[in-house]
Amino acid sequence: MGDALIRAVDGVSLEVPAGEFVALLGSSGSGKSSMLNLIAGLDTPTSGSVIVQSHDLAKLSREELAKYRLRAVGMVFQSFNLIASMTLIENVELPLRFAEVDRRQRESMAREALERVGLKARVDHRPSQLSGGEQQRAALARALINRPKLLLADEPTGNLDSHTGTEIMNMLRDFNRDLGMTVVMVTHERALAERYAQRMVFLADGKLAEDRSNRPALGVQS
Amino acid sequence: MKLPDLTELALRNLRESLLRNSLTTVGISVGVASLVAMLSLGTGLQQLFTRRLAKSGLFDTIYVLSRREMRGMGREEERNGPIPGESRVLDEAARVEIEHLTNVSEAYPDIRFATELRFEDKPHLTTVSALPQSAQSNDAFEHMQGSFFASETAPEAVLQKSFAEELLGKTPPLGAPEPSVSELAQPLIGKELTMRYAQREVTPRETPETRGIAPSDDSVGTSYSVVSREQKLKIVGVSDLDPESMRGPARAKVFLPLKLAESLHVMQPTDLREISRAASDQPAYSSISVRVKNPSQIQSVEDAIKKMGFTAFSIVDASRSLQQVFKVLYAFLGIFGSLALAVASIGIVNTLVMAILERRREIGIMKAIGASDADVRKLFFAEAGAMGIFGGVIGVILGWAIGQVINFGTNIYLKSQSIPPEHFWAVPWWLVGFAIGFAFFVSLVSGLYPADRAARLDPVQALRYE
Repeated sequence: MGDALIRAVDGVSLEVPAGEFVALLGSSGSGKSSMLNLIAGLDTPTSGSVIVQSHDLAKLSREELAKYRLRAVGMVFQSFNLIASMTLIENVELPLRFAEVDRRQRESMAREALERVGLKARVDHRPSQLSGGEQQRAALARALINRPKLLLADEPTGNLDSHTGTEIMNMLRDFNRDLGMTVVMVTHERALAERYAQRMVFLADGKLAEDRSNRPALGVQS
Repeated sequence: MKLPDLTELALRNLRESLLRNSLTTVGISVGVASLVAMLSLGTGLQQLFTRRLAKSGLFDTIYVLSRREMRGMGREEERNGPIPGESRVLDEAARVEIEHLTNVSEAYPDIRFATELRFEDKPHLTTVSALPQSAQSNDAFEHMQGSFFASETAPEAVLQKSFAEELLGKTPPLGAPEPSVSELAQPLIGKELTMRYAQREVTPRETPETRGIAPSDDSVGTSYSVVSREQKLKIVGVSDLDPESMRGPARAKVFLPLKLAESLHVMQPTDLREISRAASDQPAYSSISVRVKNPSQIQSVEDAIKKMGFTAFSIVDASRSLQQVFKVLYAFLGIFGSLALAVASIGIVNTLVMAILERRREIGIMKAIGASDADVRKLFFAEAGAMGIFGGVIGVILGWAIGQVINFGTNIYLKSQSIPPEHFWAVPWWLVGFAIGFAFFVSLVSGLYPADRAARLDPVQALRYE
């Protein structure tokens, strides 16, 4: 590694209006994941600014960033990132623990979220007892539990077969359409982006290569 | 995160790597056990000594003398107070007054006299002293053979071992092993002693004419005579130790019940000095022993007696310096006991640092979904604290068990040496609380570094970790 500064994202200017479904595309190492981490408040830029809901994330303290991640953003990952030692319902209610939500309220909220993603029967299972699609659905339920306005997805279908991948993508689309959530999805599958995203942003070597709008083929089932 | 959630998550995480965390907890409990063991040994020994000292009667007794007895002793109060000749007489009224002071359990006159005792027609000259019934709790009588006086007026006697040897003609030559008390007591108990003594008897008022002396103003008229009397005494017990070890050369070798001795009106040395009073039925006492209810009150009682116009002294400073010695002993035992706990705390640091490496990804996930640095720090703190409390509780139980085993073992040894069993070990409640609290505190301190390290983990790095 060393001390040399590697500019993963450099000189990119991007504005996403509320309620939009944006796909960040690019080959690996293009800086799309770094970009997503900046929007998620997991990373801070060495220069420049990231403004979400009129807050500049670059100027927030670690404590404020944690609060931002808790309240304003929901996140799903390629590898699901559920905690293996916890059951699904415990995983889903974990953000509520950090938010200091009352125990009883927490349980019903978590159940409701799992029901929405169709995992009502699996609440007491551990992640290892579930299929990849089910795990990603649970991760979605966790991302939604604090009702954020912004959903960030990092290769959400990367570890899934095409059928379950479509299932997850449909859910993302539904959340975008029905709940009015802004979705920013990182993917390297152009076909997937074309099918669901309203806008496609291409990154290459940390720079913005192309930014174009797209008419998603809504309702297409594979 | 709220405390119940924190506790729940911490316990869940501890269960996840059960073996490692159990071993760490065992480490803490061994540390706590050694601390508890050391400190309870200290407490036990202190209690043992205090008990022994209390039984010796040295530290709860005040000796009261009339200032008339203290002539020429040069004490400060003698110079400042009334001149000895005018000061108060230590009589029955004074004794009753002292006995009614607060915190005084009893006050009894010291009656002692040298006299002749005949046993199997052989005369033996010795010092006789009177004891109240309460003296049977004195540790000198703990291992006595036979029994204590049946009552305060019973014509009975308890012999000191050396006098028993003398009666039987068994006094061992210097350096030779002494015969045991039971050996001496067996031929003596139940036998009779005849005590010959000088009784002070008030004689009826005499007219000057009968004595052929011209009447004068200072002849008060009462007088007493000294009559030789005999009293038969039954030997009921032989004591091993000397209950009056602090009296030095004036020690008595034969003891009588107090009320019996009083009723004999034996001629006392003071009678010669207090000649005018000696004629009355209420004689002056040479000294009075005052026992207080609690050794800690000895100073206040002593002051109160001095205010009444008597000289009083006690041995109190010895026990105070002993307390000092125990404080030092305590500190040393505590430091040695804490060493094992210090080693255990390194175990906690190690376990938690390992846990950070293992749960790196988990920490990253928690941060990604909104856990703050403080949440992560508190979680690791809670895990350290939980191990501390568990270790503390198990350690106290372990320490207590070790104490019981050692107590048991030592007492078996003592029994084999025909020494009565003792409690060397005491785990007071404050020690239980202190030990668990200390283990908790040490664990939290050990958790400081790992918790901080976990809290500062970069979530992006942590999430990349597989």
